[in-house]
Amino acid sequence: MVPTLSVDRLRISFSHRTGIIEAVDGVSFSIAPSECVGLVGESGSGKTQIFMAAMGLLDGNAQVSGSVRFEGNELLRVDGPTLNRVRGSQLTMIFQDPMTSLTPHLTVGTQLAEVMVTHLGMPWKDARSFAGRMLERVHVPEPKRRLTQYPHELSGGMRQRVMIAMSLLCEPSLVIADEPTTALDVTIQAQIIELLRAVRGEFGMALVLISHDLAVVAGLADRILVMYAGSVVENAITGELFKHPRHPYTAELLKCMPSVTGPRLDRLPTLAGQPPRPGEVLEACPFAPRCPRAADRCRVERPQLEGSSTSQVACHFPLTA
Amino acid sequence: MGGLADAAARRSRTNPAAVVAVAALCVILVLTWLGPWISPNNSQTLDWLHIAARPGMQSSHWFGTDRLGRDLFVRTLAGTRVSIAIGLAASIISLLVGVSYGAIAGYIGGRTDHLMMRLIEILSGLPLIFFVIFLTVIFGRSEYLLFFAIGAVGWLTMARIVRGQALSIRQREFIEAAIASGAGTGRIILRHVVPNVIGPVIVYATLTVPQIILFESFLSFLGLGIQEPGASLGTLIAEGAGEMEAAPWILLVPGSFLAVLLLCLNIFGDGLRDALDVKDG
Repeated sequence: MVPTLSVDRLRISFSHRTGIIEAVDGVSFSIAPSECVGLVGESGSGKTQIFMAAMGLLDGNAQVSGSVRFEGNELLRVDGPTLNRVRGSQLTMIFQDPMTSLTPHLTVGTQLAEVMVTHLGMPWKDARSFAGRMLERVHVPEPKRRLTQYPHELSGGMRQRVMIAMSLLCEPSLVIADEPTTALDVTIQAQIIELLRAVRGEFGMALVLISHDLAVVAGLADRILVMYAGSVVENAITGELFKHPRHPYTAELLKCMPSVTGPRLDRLPTLAGQPPRPGEVLEACPFAPRCPRAADRCRVERPQLEGSSTSQVACHFPLTA
Repeated sequence: MGGLADAAARRSRTNPAAVVAVAALCVILVLTWLGPWISPNNSQTLDWLHIAARPGMQSSHWFGTDRLGRDLFVRTLAGTRVSIAIGLAASIISLLVGVSYGAIAGYIGGRTDHLMMRLIEILSGLPLIFFVIFLTVIFGRSEYLLFFAIGAVGWLTMARIVRGQALSIRQREFIEAAIASGAGTGRIILRHVVPNVIGPVIVYATLTVPQIILFESFLSFLGLGIQEPGASLGTLIAEGAGEMEAAPWILLVPGSFLAVLLLCLNIFGDGLRDALDVKDG
């Protein structure tokens, strides 16, 4: 079976006046059809850049090597028109900030319809009525009226629903949701996560959920990839990851999550130290300086991601269950 | 665009100066078209009985006549019409060329932008008067040449303004979202970049019309523009300047038309800028 997305030894670096900055450092993983994968990591860990590369959205100073294949077709180093055949129809993205991701001077209906006119060659009239039905499916109240409204007339949650509707118009096989709830307040967050879950059941597409928040990913993802300093450090089935984290970084992250049922804490535990600065070339394990289990070997040899496809860890001394 | 236009209309009602300016502009426009029907005189016939006649209601020459006995009312209106036509035509040329050039340079950026902007700098380094003289020497004098020459230079500033706007719009997230939704470069420039710069563009365009009218008047005053027996506000003023002491009205009539026209266009442009200053998001 051809995976929906397969990323192979992807490296992304940016040339900068201070030198070359490695953002993504040899990442490999694949996503099966209708699978939901969560990608977790702190700011600057490179999680967004992987998918920026897939969508052809990297800045001009980026250098990319490796490969990103979508349903078997290479996405890197292809020209815009070739990429345009899949992006927006088969491979779509939901952006972080719905306040700024819609063009301000076009009505919601026009923006939605335009996607289908471009990709499916649908006549405008049909595309608009289809867009209305899609808004209804993502539970936007009064879809007919929304079509004629401008983005600034909608609330943040409503705009994110519009973005989700837009990503689903051409029945995509993979939707990438890049921090879809970060810009929204907590109650709306829950609604959007619920909507993503419902939509996934209805459309059966694969879904990548990028987030810095383990809690957001936990309820939705089948499998979680944890990223640290540009590489994947752990890859595990969601339940396993929460029960038996194997990488010390994952374990420390889970300790930082407050628990509703556990004892009341005066201070939330935090992870001491800082992630390596981008641009630092590392021979050692990038997590070694902050790791409670670090030994001499960790400071001279970089661990590789090893294990079966559903349980991988990049650590010399992984925790055992 | 409906929302933008509505908001603009709502705000302009609270700006009485702009409303008066628009009303005055409308009156001038209607007069220039109806003038020949209102007055019994023709702009080019000579009235030997009334040479350099004073303005007044006794004869049919309400604004007086010039030193060849031609009716100033009709001539001024004809001249205003030519001036406005040149102003509009040259502004439209500069609008079309400047907006597309600037949007392409700003959106594509990088080396393309660099090359396109250097070309603009070279062109704007050309002394305009020499350029116009040069063109008139080669192609002879004609109104169309004047449209072309002024338009050819007028788009430079427009292109710079649009390019600056496009550069900042290029960074906005909705452009990234549009790329991710599979829109091609041409479509993004047309549908997502150009409509977002339309506010400053309209304002600058309304402010270019008076600039161009003034420039045309200046060229005509120097004898490079519209030729006799045709008239523009510039040629009429040049003619009047010669008779200033003996018959000041020959200067004052077209002069005040020009002043009122420029003032109205400038107030209108200013009002438009305030009215279109709509927050997005």
